[in-house]
Amino acid sequence: MTSISQADRIDAVPEKFVSDRLARRQVRHAKERVIESILFLAAFVSVATTVGIVVILLKESLDFFQHVSLWDFLTDTQWTPLFADAHYGIVPLLSGTLVSSAVALLVAIPLGTIIAIYLSEFAPFTVREVAKPFLEMLGGVPTIVYGYFALLFVTPLLQMLYPELPGFNLLSAGLVMGIMIIPYVSSVSEDAMRAVPMALREGSYAMGATRFQTAIRVVTPAAFSGLAAAYILGISRAVGETMILAVAAGMQPNLTWNPLEPAATITAYIVQVALGDLPHGSIGYQSIFAAGLTLALVTLLFNVFGHLLRKRYRQVY
Amino acid sequence: MSEAAKVREIRALIAAHKRWDLVFAMLGLLALMVGVLTFAALFGQMALEGAPRLSWDFFTHFPSRKPDQAGILSAWVGSTLVMIVTAATAVPLGVGAGVYLEEYAPRNWMTDLIEINVTNLAGVPSIVYGLLALGLFVYQFGFGQSILTAGLTLGLLILPVVIVATREAIRAIPAAIREGAYALGASKWQTTSDHILPYSLAGIMTGVIIGMARAIGETAPVITIGALTFIAFLPAAPFTGDPPAGLFEWILSPFTVMPIQMFNWTSRPEAAFQHNAAAAGLVLVVMTLSMNALAIYIRYRLRKNIKW
Repeated sequence: MTSISQADRIDAVPEKFVSDRLARRQVRHAKERVIESILFLAAFVSVATTVGIVVILLKESLDFFQHVSLWDFLTDTQWTPLFADAHYGIVPLLSGTLVSSAVALLVAIPLGTIIAIYLSEFAPFTVREVAKPFLEMLGGVPTIVYGYFALLFVTPLLQMLYPELPGFNLLSAGLVMGIMIIPYVSSVSEDAMRAVPMALREGSYAMGATRFQTAIRVVTPAAFSGLAAAYILGISRAVGETMILAVAAGMQPNLTWNPLEPAATITAYIVQVALGDLPHGSIGYQSIFAAGLTLALVTLLFNVFGHLLRKRYRQVY
Repeated sequence: MSEAAKVREIRALIAAHKRWDLVFAMLGLLALMVGVLTFAALFGQMALEGAPRLSWDFFTHFPSRKPDQAGILSAWVGSTLVMIVTAATAVPLGVGAGVYLEEYAPRNWMTDLIEINVTNLAGVPSIVYGLLALGLFVYQFGFGQSILTAGLTLGLLILPVVIVATREAIRAIPAAIREGAYALGASKWQTTSDHILPYSLAGIMTGVIIGMARAIGETAPVITIGALTFIAFLPAAPFTGDPPAGLFEWILSPFTVMPIQMFNWTSRPEAAFQHNAAAAGLVLVVMTLSMNALAIYIRYRLRKNIKW
């Protein structure tokens, strides 16, 4: 019993009996805890951002769906929220997004993959040292500059080949977007390939395979989950890309699967509304959040799909 | 079949397969060339159209309805001010979060949640950040369509870049450094601030510069918050004007930025304005590319110099 009462009395000891060292240690301990909490809060901001995005998108979209039924939203084939005769069918915007993304991916996935295989398996050291920073810079060019390039260089070029092509079209926007996405696809793919253990390549070479055979039949399948991640990243970029499409593909909603036509995408619609002056709380204002929610869901869908694909084909070495 | 014929046949087979190596190497170079040529065309086209417009006046004039008098004064000042707010947001938060996740975070569900979040945020389309800012900063917090709103939005946008760079830089520091500091009685924060942060500074700088280069070219989120496209005035400098502006009054001022100015000029039908767009684009590309080049250079030096 005496020991416990002694322990209790430590707190009761007048301050001057606490040694300087102990006091300093307590101050230091308190300071450490404060710093740790501050750092935790900094890290927590990312969670708060996600929560903020979800809450804002859902809140404004719920208001939107009070006026527009979900059925109309998904099945109506016209998107004219700013007209007197308002229609709220997301399909035309979705078709623009999907067609332009498809064009972009047809460029980015083959070229990105070939570049990745080349840099990881074939390229001499010096080529790689030059090409990688270059690709990084290609990915660093602002998208508005790519938009300018698509509208004022690629479209006129395509019109020389095919004179009926309208000034705004999904094709040239998609092509340029594809070039923009190449660095994302190639750098993630290359990292995945370089992560494949040397022993696999050595085994393949020992069996008499050439570089090409090793790259295609051994390294690529082994890196498949990483390649899938790269492609999914490319798809997310394409679906969420805004300025290239707003500049070069026009802002007119158009239900079409033909890349030669102009059409607005979900992102271009948001830009179009933001450029005008819609009052806060109006249905037009809410419609951009509904469009944004659709965009976020499409992106999420691809990401979940990519995650499943990765899990299914992950190779552990 | 004689032995010699068999050997010849095998050699031919090997040669045929090796030809595929060559073909693919050519294909790889060709694919790279697509990137190089596109970039050359993009830069060349803008230089041809825009270079004649680049003069001192272009940088010191406001946008105007007359294309040959229009300039990018309000745009580059706006971009600079927005970048200051962006850096002030993203650097402390990003470095703090990176340090927390590498040095402090316990292994629990909260840490997992934060890590998954950072990964996912990096994949959110930038325009969605614009919607967040429109709903939250502009209307909920009442910051309006100001430099503050734009800076905070872009700061959140590049946060994952800074966090990831910080974590990678810290992870490269060997455990022996920490053990040495702890053995001498240093606390966790002393170890972090005296050793971990200084040694990872170059890596963090790389991430910050790359993030800023991305932020300065971002258009969509800034348009979404409703930034005006025609601004022919500058935010009041501190302590000027009548009554004198406060030290931070500029932060709530309306603004325009370089990419918005370029978008505005690009979407006009007159060719003269499109030349202005090319000139603005040239300035923008040179800015972002030199920032990227600086980051790549710092990383290169880092890889060469530090041997733990």
